Amino acid sequence: MSTQNMTNGEVDVYLDYDEAISGYDPVIGLETHVELGTKSKMWCGCSTNFGADSNTQVCPVCLGLPGSMPVVNRAAVESTIRIGLALNCTIADWCRFARKNYFYPDMPKDYQISQYDEPLCFDGYLDVTVETPDGPQVVRVEIERVHMEEDTGKLTHAGGATGRIHGADYSLVDYNRAGIPLIEIVTKPVTGTGRLAPEVARAYVTELRNVIIALGVSDARMEEGSMRCDVNLSIAKPGAEWGTRSETKNVNSLRSVERAVRSEIERQASVLNNGGRIIQETRHFHEDTGRSTSGRSKEQAEDYRYFPEPDLVPVAPSREWVEELRATMPEMPAVKRARLQAEWNINEFELQSLANAGAIELVEATIAAGVDSAAARKWWTGELLRVANDTGVELESLSVTPDDIKQVEALIAAGSLNDKLARQVFDGLINGEGTVDEVVTKRGLAVVSDDGALLAAIDEALAAAPDVAEKIKSGKIQAAGAIVGAVMKTTRGQADAAKVRTLLLERLGVSE
Amino acid sequence: MTSITRPEVAHLARLARLDLAPEELDHYAEQLDVILQSVARISEVAADDIPPMSHPIPMVNVFRDDVVTPGITREEALGAAPAAEDDRFRVPRILDEE
Amino acid sequence: MNDLTRQSAAVLADAIASKEVTAVEVAQAHLDRIAAVDGKVHAFLHVTTDSALEQARAVDAKVAAGTPLGALAGVPLGLKDVLAMKGEPTTAGSRILEGWRPPYDSTVVARLRAADIVILGKTNMDEFAMGSSTEHSAYGPTHNPWDLDRIPGGSGGGSAAALAAFEAPLAIGTDTGGSIRQPASVTGTVGVKPTYGGVSRYGQIALASSLDQPGPCARSVLDTALLHAAIAGHDPRDSTSINAAVPDVVAAAKKADVRGMRIGVVTELMGEGYQSGVSQRYSESLDILRELGAEIVEVSCPHFEYALGAYYLILPSEASSNLARFDGMRYGLRAGDDGKNSVEQVMAITREAGFGPEVKRRIMLGTYALSSGYYDAYYGQAQKVRTLITRDFNAAFEKADVLVSPTAPTTAFKLGEKLDDPLAMYLNDVATIPVNLAGIGAMSLPIGLAPEDGLPVGMQIMAPAMADDRLYLAGGALEAALIDKWGHLLIEEAPSL
Ligand SMILES: [Zn+2]
Repeated sequence: MSTQNMTNGEVDVYLDYDEAISGYDPVIGLETHVELGTKSKMWCGCSTNFGADSNTQVCPVCLGLPGSMPVVNRAAVESTIRIGLALNCTIADWCRFARKNYFYPDMPKDYQISQYDEPLCFDGYLDVTVETPDGPQVVRVEIERVHMEEDTGKLTHAGGATGRIHGADYSLVDYNRAGIPLIEIVTKPVTGTGRLAPEVARAYVTELRNVIIALGVSDARMEEGSMRCDVNLSIAKPGAEWGTRSETKNVNSLRSVERAVRSEIERQASVLNNGGRIIQETRHFHEDTGRSTSGRSKEQAEDYRYFPEPDLVPVAPSREWVEELRATMPEMPAVKRARLQAEWNINEFELQSLANAGAIELVEATIAAGVDSAAARKWWTGELLRVANDTGVELESLSVTPDDIKQVEALIAAGSLNDKLARQVFDGLINGEGTVDEVVTKRGLAVVSDDGALLAAIDEALAAAPDVAEKIKSGKIQAAGAIVGAVMKTTRGQADAAKVRTLLLERLGVSE
Repeated sequence: MTSITRPEVAHLARLARLDLAPEELDHYAEQLDVILQSVARISEVAADDIPPMSHPIPMVNVFRDDVVTPGITREEALGAAPAAEDDRFRVPRILDEE
Repeated sequence: MNDLTRQSAAVLADAIASKEVTAVEVAQAHLDRIAAVDGKVHAFLHVTTDSALEQARAVDAKVAAGTPLGALAGVPLGLKDVLAMKGEPTTAGSRILEGWRPPYDSTVVARLRAADIVILGKTNMDEFAMGSSTEHSAYGPTHNPWDLDRIPGGSGGGSAAALAAFEAPLAIGTDTGGSIRQPASVTGTVGVKPTYGGVSRYGQIALASSLDQPGPCARSVLDTALLHAAIAGHDPRDSTSINAAVPDVVAAAKKADVRGMRIGVVTELMGEGYQSGVSQRYSESLDILRELGAEIVEVSCPHFEYALGAYYLILPSEASSNLARFDGMRYGLRAGDDGKNSVEQVMAITREAGFGPEVKRRIMLGTYALSSGYYDAYYGQAQKVRTLITRDFNAAFEKADVLVSPTAPTTAFKLGEKLDDPLAMYLNDVATIPVNLAGIGAMSLPIGLAPEDGLPVGMQIMAPAMADDRLYLAGGALEAALIDKWGHLLIEEAPSL
């Protein structure tokens, strides 16, 4: 193994994970930023809509023009308190904003209004479940703080070859994002997770995202950057003092959280095993390679010169206000999952499939409309999910409603539709051919139940296959399937297969 | 309170993004020292139990409603920019990786 | 009506409303006066001739149509260049903002427009309001109309000099440590620093956010009150704006009565360090107030001796942060952008080129005071001193309804005299700074000329927070008594230029 470039903690070849984790205990810390889904920005009335033309959602305040002053968005404070409550935090009865001073061209004031030693919410926890060979294990991740701050503008690097920051000739700034409310959620150091550290990290961020979405305070889309994660990690020999930590940024998906932790454990173990030392630094994770590269060294610690923001007055939530907000809290995801598993009589894996499909709310609504839970799940995760995947749209964007499913199920129960016909009904609904009844009528979808018509079709099929008829008569009843199939074909599926079989056997005078 | 050194002044200038000339560094080292010594008297006041005052008039909970209001136009925003391109502010190359 | 430039704002407003003169005539008279004397005084950085005349025509149209008028309709005003005015140059006296025209109005400007006040232009100031002499303006100093070789005070020397030179009857200042009151004192004019939060700071280019406060300047107490009433009141754009009714300052200025009022003489703000003529006029004024029926009591504010130290830590700290945004990226000057220099280098070259020495000095000082390792000893300790000074004021206001002191230790000094001695310059504000640290309101009004140099002396009156009306009650009474004594306002004795 090469020891090239040891001074800045780089190694060419990493140990594999099993080898790396066998000698060390990791300590992880996660800092998650969430852009709140408020209508207006944190300090001004500019819109927060994603994807607007550059520099069209700006004003003197979020451009940091001389003389402008911030005013706090009440909804942002309320969202933060609700996040704090969801994470079992204490809500401060008095706290201030602080200025974090550093120069960067994406930050119009060259300071960020944040909170320093007085966060709005602190000392909470979030329980997460990870799969282990011995079954599911619950890990309590303690929350250090939840605080309010503002997002920066968006930089695009221009000129040069790569479009990346290195080698760029200059950069362009769009301040539409500047001043969007940002919440930072910081965990306490998570210890004792051993080799499960990557899974715990991922489970935490996943569950945090579920909580944020359940609260409705953000869409928490990691790919759009409305939720971002930094991973702090150090390793040490068992029983030894904690090692020096690195901070890995640019971790932009749930999968990357797990990969970044794993990769950083591998890197640090490799460096230490090579006799190197870990330096305190910021690293950047790359989705393509699954590895991180060194960024700024923090050995000369940045000096942010925090001080209380004089342009904003303290936030002092009354107990009444906090209780009012507590009363608006939705059912927490973990509680809801346990309830649904019990109510629907399914296991965690099945529930997870429903969650992955984005089907939980739809199934709930369908059950609420009066459909049996198994049928509701069958349609949403079966035929409808298949169509959604094939056409690349979200399940909820298909033009099928819980009430449509109720109507289809009613027709099936009445015997006038079967599953195969029902799929055609959904196809018609998705194609915009009208209501359930209209699709049934227009497509002529109804089970053929007229015995005379069926008998005629059976006779026709028997005449076409006299050898099969003889086999059945001679007692080889399993041969009946071929005739039933032929009848179903001539009736274009609109017959009840069981009924065709019964009539067929009667016709031939054979009993089961 | 110690006296302020020239390297310290250079560090401060970097933090404050001031491209001070060498003679300015000496000049400010001297002047800051004098000023700091004169203000250092405030440490004579034993104030361990005194709360610090960040805001002169005690107020709390000043908020605005979450309502979108008109800002300024892109032309107004970019009108004062030293350099602009493609509807955005153009800034020199950034060395620091972030 | 005789020389329109020598009238009070109250008289001009009445004359315009009653069609005795037109607002255009009044504006033009002042523009002519500026053209005639501002070459000597340099009170204005930018004269907004076109928009002033346009505003004046609009006022005349309202008068003709019988539309209801603002309180000071048609009265001209000089606006300190630190306040944003849409579409007009706003530089805060700095090269770094040369040519910048804000796309928005400060709240003060919006209220001036609503009052139909005619804005004549932007007045000179120390760069970013850092200074006590207006010599730190990047565009050259303002001269004191009483003696053109002397400073007009600072940072709002332009606004005070415009009043004293009869270029405008009203002006707007901003006061962080005395920048309204000290210029008023050395130019024989009146200036009020309202209670912090009394007048919106929105659109005021910030120096030290927890100390800054815009306020009214004029040649008489009543005119100052009229302007105060026009600009004061709650503003939802300024989170530190007081959401309560503004005390009736105009009624107080008209009542002008100190009978039964307890007036506290701050023993720490007199005696040693004060010029003899300043002390003499101050003590005569106390006698007058006593004769008018006030009860003069002595109060002690033992922590005031630490005020200057606390101020010169808090101000630079906040300023170092407030001035960070002047980095050459979005507006204003950009220097050193040769395509090779990095953004960090361009920012540093721009700031080095765009800021003057006093600004750089204070940015360095503030950066130091906020640095980790020094915060507790400097900024943190200074904030505790602030609490102690506020407690001193609270105790003093138990014994007195208002407090008084000389506004400045000396009369106007010579241009250049203290330019290279920051500490000597800072001492000018020794009596005005405690007021900003505590956030209370204060007035400076002229109380005579110092016998030894014939230059104006000012008295400072201080009132508890949100009791700004007391300033006018006491100031109005003292001014009336002095007019009785002299036969006119002190400013009438200023040289004609
Ligand atoms: Zn905005």
